[in-house]
Amino acid sequence: MKTFHIGGVHPAENKLSAGSPIREAALPKQAVFSMFQHIGAPAKPVVQKGDVVKVGTLLAEAGGFVSAPVYSSVSGKVNKIDAVMDASGTRRMAVIVDVEGDEWEESIDRSKDLVRLSDRPDLDSKTIVEKIKNAGIVGLGGATFPCHVKLTPPPGSKAECVIINAVECEPYLTADHRLMLEHAEEILVGVDLIMKAVNVTKGYIGIENNKPDAIKLMTEKASQYPNIEVVPLKVKYPQGGEKQLIDAVIGRQVPAPPAIPISVGAVVQNVGTAYAIYEAVMKNKPLIDRIITVTGKSVKNPSNLLARLGTPFQQLIDECGGLPEDTGKIIGGGPMMGKALLSLEVPMTKGSSGLLIMNEKEARRSEPQPCIRCAKCVSACPMGLEPFLLSKAAALEEWEVAEKNDVVSCIECGSCQFTCPSKRPLLDMIRVGKTTVMGIIRSRAAK
Amino acid sequence: MNVILIAVIVLGVIGLVSALVLYIISNKFAVHEDPRIAQVSEVLPQANCGGCGYPGCSGFAAACVKAADGGSLEGKLCPVGGQPVMEQVAGILGMAAVASAPKVAVVRCNGSCENRPRNAEFDGAVSCRVKNMTGMGDTGCGYGCLGCGDCVAKCQFGAISMNPETGLPVVDEEKCTACGACAKACPRGIIEIRLKGPKGRRVVVLCNNKDKGAIANKACKASCIGCGKCVKTCEKFEAITLENNLAYIDAEKCKMCRKCEEACPKGAIHAFNFPSRKPKAEEPATQSAPEQNVEPAKAE
Repeated sequence: MKTFHIGGVHPAENKLSAGSPIREAALPKQAVFSMFQHIGAPAKPVVQKGDVVKVGTLLAEAGGFVSAPVYSSVSGKVNKIDAVMDASGTRRMAVIVDVEGDEWEESIDRSKDLVRLSDRPDLDSKTIVEKIKNAGIVGLGGATFPCHVKLTPPPGSKAECVIINAVECEPYLTADHRLMLEHAEEILVGVDLIMKAVNVTKGYIGIENNKPDAIKLMTEKASQYPNIEVVPLKVKYPQGGEKQLIDAVIGRQVPAPPAIPISVGAVVQNVGTAYAIYEAVMKNKPLIDRIITVTGKSVKNPSNLLARLGTPFQQLIDECGGLPEDTGKIIGGGPMMGKALLSLEVPMTKGSSGLLIMNEKEARRSEPQPCIRCAKCVSACPMGLEPFLLSKAAALEEWEVAEKNDVVSCIECGSCQFTCPSKRPLLDMIRVGKTTVMGIIRSRAAK
Repeated sequence: MNVILIAVIVLGVIGLVSALVLYIISNKFAVHEDPRIAQVSEVLPQANCGGCGYPGCSGFAAACVKAADGGSLEGKLCPVGGQPVMEQVAGILGMAAVASAPKVAVVRCNGSCENRPRNAEFDGAVSCRVKNMTGMGDTGCGYGCLGCGDCVAKCQFGAISMNPETGLPVVDEEKCTACGACAKACPRGIIEIRLKGPKGRRVVVLCNNKDKGAIANKACKASCIGCGKCVKTCEKFEAITLENNLAYIDAEKCKMCRKCEEACPKGAIHAFNFPSRKPKAEEPATQSAPEQNVEPAKAE
């Protein structure tokens, strides 16, 4: 069975919520829409205090090419536009809407009928990309990179295939898994749309084989689409990393930055993004909700919720049986790449793929011990780096050493830290090194 | 016998020729270094701390000599040696020393464990830089001291240490040379290299919080809320400016009247090394803070 070739680890899967069907979360009383829900320039608010908005009303327009607009996911009145603490722990501009009723914009098609690409011959690649751009769709795997940017290959490069990331290699998370089981047809239309958008004739859907039901269903449904192939993959973290997935599925290696996946002819999109693209293009529905996994060993009712963006995390936890008493840490995202939250008042954003509640025992990090030079981190690194060296270079502020050893290639997957028998905070230091070196490179380029 | 003689002669000739070549080359490629650089270097403290802004003491010496050739030593200061060393340097170079006031590092945060409650627990690598990247850190203040001691690790002179009670770094004014290594190490820019002031007296706003009043007030008991009361008391001297909800006292304009210290409803302004006041003025300044600060916070 296929997988990527360098490094990788296998954390305990803990997919507690895999058997729990997607259910709709209740509407929040107040929804908070951050202007920083994507990578790139922040969105610019176009509404004012007191404005009445509906579900699907534009709240903020994109702040540049690498940016995405933000739509209201609720109907009600704009309470204020103010700096609010977001999941990253910083105060940033957000539009706050007081919810009244649930009134949708008329342009949105709320019927469940499936619309195939063959039903809409009027769609050409430009229109599709434009619709995706206007719908505010970003990479829903968690990286939140504006989707239309990836679908607009830079001059000189040509896409050869589309790879759909349905790997969900993060432990605990099951949002993509459930989405495939419940919306397989829509996802396939979404993949078809992406292929049309970048003018390619080959599409792959990579699924790890710990989801045999999803592989079976998707293969069955994909038989109607001769150009789409479902590729079962061996379970290994971080297979959901863009470069790892390309290696696993088509066996090509993306060179070190500044090379990007399109350099080897691949366009990678998350399976959730494919679904959002289907809704945006075929149903005119901007990105206003997503599926989020609320899970944890002590959570009463681990679930996959279809929740409106802007819903506070507290409410999502309440829907799954409330916050357990032995809570030690709450993580936005999965256990490997997620970030610990400071407060539960933080609203859900486009990138919220999961909410993991760890108990006290799981949450505590062990005391770091001296490095024993076992080189486990080196064999675990999926980018072929030397984490112990990068971490040391960052601690000693030897930025040249860090740069020479390709610190900027680090994908921050945390495999090194996971595998370290001395429990050293390797990734913590590497992140410092990566940010600093990227700053140095940028300032050098500016000169 | 012959063999030995030939060997001696051949080696002797090779030796002579090599010596000649070396002599010619060493003259041809001789590097002329101003002898004054070595002299200046000798009187410098040789801490190689980089506080002067040049790479080590010899780099600074070379810069001084160059500046002296340019006509003035202005702007050149060895913060470690201070005025006496600069006078010696000026003596060697035959210039007049430019007078400079001694400086000291000031930690502009008073968010002790008591003033600033911890609302989270940070268990990553013990490093301010790592902690700063997580966003707010473990308190409600995104601008205050992170308490991991990056500044302490960077000080070559043992002049800064963590106070375990407050969780804040303390500067030993006697040992501090104002080299600025700690200021550079602080990822939040809390440490300022500031004029030491006459007899070490100075008035400083011990806060770095640029949030709006209500948020800053909630995060820390000793935060500057940007109410502007100090600016009003200092209208005459215009030493205090208010920018981004944070007051700043210009050390050069400050007349040390300490009126701002009294006016501050949050006790964020501190006077260092002043003789203690008469008892009546001391208490109310900090004690009555919580009631008074509600009003300016709302006014934001």
